[in-house]
Amino acid sequence: MEPLIKVRDLHFRYEDGTLALDGVNFELSAGETVALFGPNGSGKTTFVLHLNGLLLGQGEVTVGGLRVEKNNLGLVRRKVGLVFQDADEQLFMPTVFEDVCFGPLNLGLSPPEAAAAARHALEQVGMGHALERAPYHLSAGEKRRVALAGVLAMQPEILVLDEPTTFLDPPGRRALLEVLRGLPQAKLIVTHDVWFARALARRAVFFERGRIVRDGPVDELLARFHWNLSESLDVVAPPGA
Amino acid sequence: MHHVELDRWSRGRSLLHARDARVKILLLVAYLAAVATSPRVSVAWLAVYGFPLLAAVLVADLPVGAVLLRAAVVLPFSAAFAVASVVAGDSQRAAALALKSYLSAAAVLVLMGTTPLGRLLRGLERLRVPGFLILVVQFLHRYLFVLSEQAQHMRLAALCRGGWSFRQAAGGVAVLFARSYDRAEGIHQAMLARGFAGRAASPEPARAGWKDWLFLLAGLALVAALRFFLGGVWSR
Repeated sequence: MEPLIKVRDLHFRYEDGTLALDGVNFELSAGETVALFGPNGSGKTTFVLHLNGLLLGQGEVTVGGLRVEKNNLGLVRRKVGLVFQDADEQLFMPTVFEDVCFGPLNLGLSPPEAAAAARHALEQVGMGHALERAPYHLSAGEKRRVALAGVLAMQPEILVLDEPTTFLDPPGRRALLEVLRGLPQAKLIVTHDVWFARALARRAVFFERGRIVRDGPVDELLARFHWNLSESLDVVAPPGA
Repeated sequence: MHHVELDRWSRGRSLLHARDARVKILLLVAYLAAVATSPRVSVAWLAVYGFPLLAAVLVADLPVGAVLLRAAVVLPFSAAFAVASVVAGDSQRAAALALKSYLSAAAVLVLMGTTPLGRLLRGLERLRVPGFLILVVQFLHRYLFVLSEQAQHMRLAALCRGGWSFRQAAGGVAVLFARSYDRAEGIHQAMLARGFAGRAASPEPARAGWKDWLFLLAGLALVAALRFFLGGVWSR
């Protein structure tokens, strides 16, 4: 079966000359969940921005058989839902409800259809009670879930989450995990949160200096790159405790 | 935060809150025009023009004291001109400047305090205000809060390390500007990612019912009465 996402030899250089992606190859199948690990600045976020054409690099990116290029960005963005790292940047409308309606309305749905899609998406993330609230009154966990709803309302085939657990407390993380587990979409999760990645994904890829240097089972990657804090340190309690 | 407070007021439930935003906007414009063009002001004028506003505040169940206090934010701006008029020997004009700007601000507050921003902007949109302008207002309102929070954090961080002088504050403004720029980029990307193509549509098309039209007619009649009869007669 044709993979949902196929990336071949992707290169990208920022205007200031930084080479952010240096030949990335990647595939994602329907229903699969993959964690993206790697040090800060290794190109993870730059990579996911290519998946719905926010950045266009050299190489080949196809999503659901469509090439990601200028003339079909609309279709690509309908397939790939991107949840940003900073929820404040994603929630810009005056109320939660209007914010979640933003995507479906842009897709050309009629107001009643968009409203129905938004209500359904907010129910899915457990925020159905917060329709009329203003985004700046929400907690970090609630903001994250509303941002996710804003993307779900567009009914994407693939969810891409950039550091979804940043700023979340343990109950917030757990709530997000429950929501994500219940969603049928293929998922790509950029994260430093090993616990979270393990709970959601079997497969992981490891980024280093703009390349994917390893692709395999989550635990194998964690061990190989000493990426798991509690396993890579002998110290589990402060000295003298 | 001013706009958080206003936001809370605007989510109340009263006859005034329930009215269509367009009707309220039109009425506000008519009222402002009447205030701005009335020839002379006096204590009686203030009472006559202030009465409908006070009634609106009471009907909408807004805190009277807070509205009166907040409306005073315009005074420092008009005060400069008022003082200039006094110096020039025209105390009537000075009083007019101060009173008119104060009443206008109070009227705008009543509109803002009875209409959630989303609906207000949709109302403006349907009254053919350019969409770009509406987006700018919407973003300003949304990110004022984020920006002021960021400024607070920077100030605290500076205080923790021993100071917050005028010079540092000036540097802080520069950093804040740079960060706002970055944030604007981020927001733009987030908008594009959700299919933004230049216009944020509204999920709930506003429909004005007969009650709204009745309210508009009654309001316009009242404003006309103020301008051409009551206010004019009593301020002579």
